[in-house]
Amino acid sequence: MSTVDPNIAAANDLSDQVLSIVGDRAEAAVYSRVGTAALTRFANSFIHQNVSDQVADVSLTIARGGRVAVGHTTSTSPEALEDWVARTIATADAQDVDDDWAGVAPPQDVAPIDHFDDEIASASPSTRAEFVKDFVDAGDGLLAAGMCETVAFGDAFRSSKGQEASGRWTRIVLDGIHQTDTTAGAGHSSGPSIASIDAAGAGREAATRALDGVGAFDAKPDRYEVVLGPEAMATIVQFLAFYGFNGRSYNEGMSFAKPGEERFDGQVALFDDATDPRAIGVAFDNDGTPKRRVDLIRDGAVQTIVHSRKTAKKAGVDPTGNSYKAEDGFGDGEPFADRMFLNGGSQTEEDLIGQVDRGIYVSTFNYCRILDPKTLVVTGLTRNGTFMIENGRITGPVTNLRFTQSFIDALGPGQVGGFADNARFAAGEFAMATVHTPSAWLRSWNFTGGADG
Amino acid sequence: MFDRAEIAVQAAVDAGAAYADARAMILKTEQIEVQDEKLDALDVDERIGVGVRALIGSSWGFASTGDLSDAGLAECGREAAAVATASAIVAGPALEFADVPVVQTSWETPYEEDPFAVSTSEKIDMLVDITKTMKAVKGVSIAFGSVSGWDTNKWFVSSQGHRIHQHIVETGGHYSATAVGEHETQVRSFPQSWGQFETGGYEVIRKWDFPTHAQRIAEEAVALLTAPELEERETNLVLESSQLALQIHESVGHAIELDRILGWEAAFAGTSHLQLDKLGVHRYGSDLMNITADATIPGALGTFGYDDEGAPARRVDIVKDGIWVGTLSGRDSAAVAGLEGGSGGMVRGDGYNRIPMVRMTNVGLLPGEGTLDEIIADTDDGVYMSTNRSWSIDDKRLNFQFGCEIGWEIKNGKLGRMVKNPTYTGITPQFWGRMDRLAGESEWVHWGIPNCGKGQPVQVAHTGHSASPARFAATRVGVKG
Repeated sequence: MSTVDPNIAAANDLSDQVLSIVGDRAEAAVYSRVGTAALTRFANSFIHQNVSDQVADVSLTIARGGRVAVGHTTSTSPEALEDWVARTIATADAQDVDDDWAGVAPPQDVAPIDHFDDEIASASPSTRAEFVKDFVDAGDGLLAAGMCETVAFGDAFRSSKGQEASGRWTRIVLDGIHQTDTTAGAGHSSGPSIASIDAAGAGREAATRALDGVGAFDAKPDRYEVVLGPEAMATIVQFLAFYGFNGRSYNEGMSFAKPGEERFDGQVALFDDATDPRAIGVAFDNDGTPKRRVDLIRDGAVQTIVHSRKTAKKAGVDPTGNSYKAEDGFGDGEPFADRMFLNGGSQTEEDLIGQVDRGIYVSTFNYCRILDPKTLVVTGLTRNGTFMIENGRITGPVTNLRFTQSFIDALGPGQVGGFADNARFAAGEFAMATVHTPSAWLRSWNFTGGADG
Repeated sequence: MFDRAEIAVQAAVDAGAAYADARAMILKTEQIEVQDEKLDALDVDERIGVGVRALIGSSWGFASTGDLSDAGLAECGREAAAVATASAIVAGPALEFADVPVVQTSWETPYEEDPFAVSTSEKIDMLVDITKTMKAVKGVSIAFGSVSGWDTNKWFVSSQGHRIHQHIVETGGHYSATAVGEHETQVRSFPQSWGQFETGGYEVIRKWDFPTHAQRIAEEAVALLTAPELEERETNLVLESSQLALQIHESVGHAIELDRILGWEAAFAGTSHLQLDKLGVHRYGSDLMNITADATIPGALGTFGYDDEGAPARRVDIVKDGIWVGTLSGRDSAAVAGLEGGSGGMVRGDGYNRIPMVRMTNVGLLPGEGTLDEIIADTDDGVYMSTNRSWSIDDKRLNFQFGCEIGWEIKNGKLGRMVKNPTYTGITPQFWGRMDRLAGESEWVHWGIPNCGKGQPVQVAHTGHSASPARFAATRVGVKG
């Protein structure tokens, strides 16, 4: 890792400044992030919005005698930081003692990863525009829409107990659709480096899905076998993480997940690991706890619930390094797995389709919402590429369908036909490039409505 | 702070922008959460910075920074222009831009009690008492409450001469009781599923009399565990007004956003089933359906003085006697669509570091006549549903399915058994076309939604939705997984 990365240096400086200002007045944990997030949007086949945000953001957790408050600021002059720290301490002083306070992170070794790409860090608006051009051109006249995002950050954590961690990370996402007058198809490519992007390939996939979707008919709502593309699977995994493997939900009895229970098909293996060479992000969490591989599901059995320091204390276990660090500052500290890998199989997606007598291929889910967290019954729709499978091949496009389906049951014992060999970072509904997943063949999916309701 | 924004605007213009504007902002947020009689989170957020927008050719360039030095702001302005210039690699037609009056003025939310001046201990004590009341009800697993306040100062400057300062104050709160069974969870919330939020001070919390309803909310959550499921069928559906507010938000509010109709949000949020050539003739719903977008309603969450393009807050007819007549628009979208009347004044950004875009203001259903009791008394067979629990709608805002926290059967004009997991589904124009009763002004509430997501990077907007209870005939209810 470069020792002079300017974003890490600036983040380190901010965290050191804040910890110094707090001094011996309180227990403190400081997380600083410095860098650039830039995003180029296109619609109707041209760029219409192009944004760049210079980020310098600090969060501070203060505890005085068990009285706790959390503050965030983007105002980073020395005078502003002095004032902000004083106000955060005063806010903490006004509270009652928090019996659940777990203390700030002690010194611990952090894995020496560097998920950073110089090309992303130096990407210009023109770099993103060229990727957009590749995606648009691949549609050969179809109407394109989507975005290309580049992110380069330096993160630095300090605690008053002596934990020090810093790191840098990059991400690039190209996500879009091509449209005909009546259809749309999606394409996606993302990763930690410029080299991981295939904009033209994503554009071709989107265009193919859009063109193949022309002439769609209404499939009768019913139970079908399904082959779900990586985007649809990523959404399922995000639901599993948010409602199931979340330490807060578990502590509150709201989670379906109980370690040791074989709730899933034996082929299902899911883990969270920011230290995986393919992963995006740094190797410590919002609490400063080192990140490591956490097995969530292995051989179909629930393994581990993820925890922040706070939820771990309540559960009587060690924190797992999963105190969430949000990119927009909201949701910080929630126990959440967000660098997940679902196992792939040895067959191609076409092989999976070839084994389905009558089913539906779904590229993307849309607007999925929970009906009950314990059963993980979710309703949502298909989008940007839905096709009928008959006798082992795709026979034609169908209009979007609504489903009402338990995601646990869909992946339950005996319900997984297989996983494909095409695992990649995918765009789940709630975040992009946080889930690495293949396509999957599932034996039963409950479609409850068609285009006409 | 006007001088900070001016530096950024001038730098963007000097770098070639045909038009530029900037917002210097100071945003303060306080969020207090109490769970099971204990403080769970006390977050104080402060964001200060400038966002500058530059128009060159077919694209907006936008850059933001927290560095308020002269050099930092000038660099930010130049960056906005450079970003817009790079868009020419994939260029479209030059962006048109509707005029708005150039004003130098200020506007402030009327409020009585600064929410940040009320002590955190007072807020926490109230929430502790509420959660204690709920937790005392046998069967309640989680008792949760929150109070939030936002204080936003923004200074808007444009290269056309706008100088507008606004001070917007918003306050709201929420509580819920969750009962966890062996294979299910049931929840009841007050005042609605995500709370009630309004422009105004702490008087908003006092007005809603939060503590009074805690016992009932908790008892209903527990009772739901043993209530029967709503059977799947087609029947009369009566909606409580906060659920109707969300129905308006999802199936009308987003569908009438002009940027969606023009395809600008196609890849992410989606498009709309509405087509501009049908404006003025498309039947959206029954004759009872009259929708306005009104950013001038005192106290409503989507109320302000000027939008983030300097356009004054307006009331615009959206649906009149069931016919679609209006959209939500801004300076660029109104010009591109060729709308008479120019910008609707409906463009806002989420903080200083997000580009302003078309957002709902207060998109509400004007009241009808009578009361909820009269609607129920007039219903032989049906179901009454209250308080949203889930919401899902397709990318054209047509095919929707909503779930509510609680429902009651209606038999022979009276509420009957409580039912759990009530859901309903439909297609937007058909559903609204079956609205055959709408309660009057006495039950008309300006509900606020604090978490409307749109755009990339995602922006969160605060929107308002006025509604009174209504009845929808022949609606499919009880959809299950």
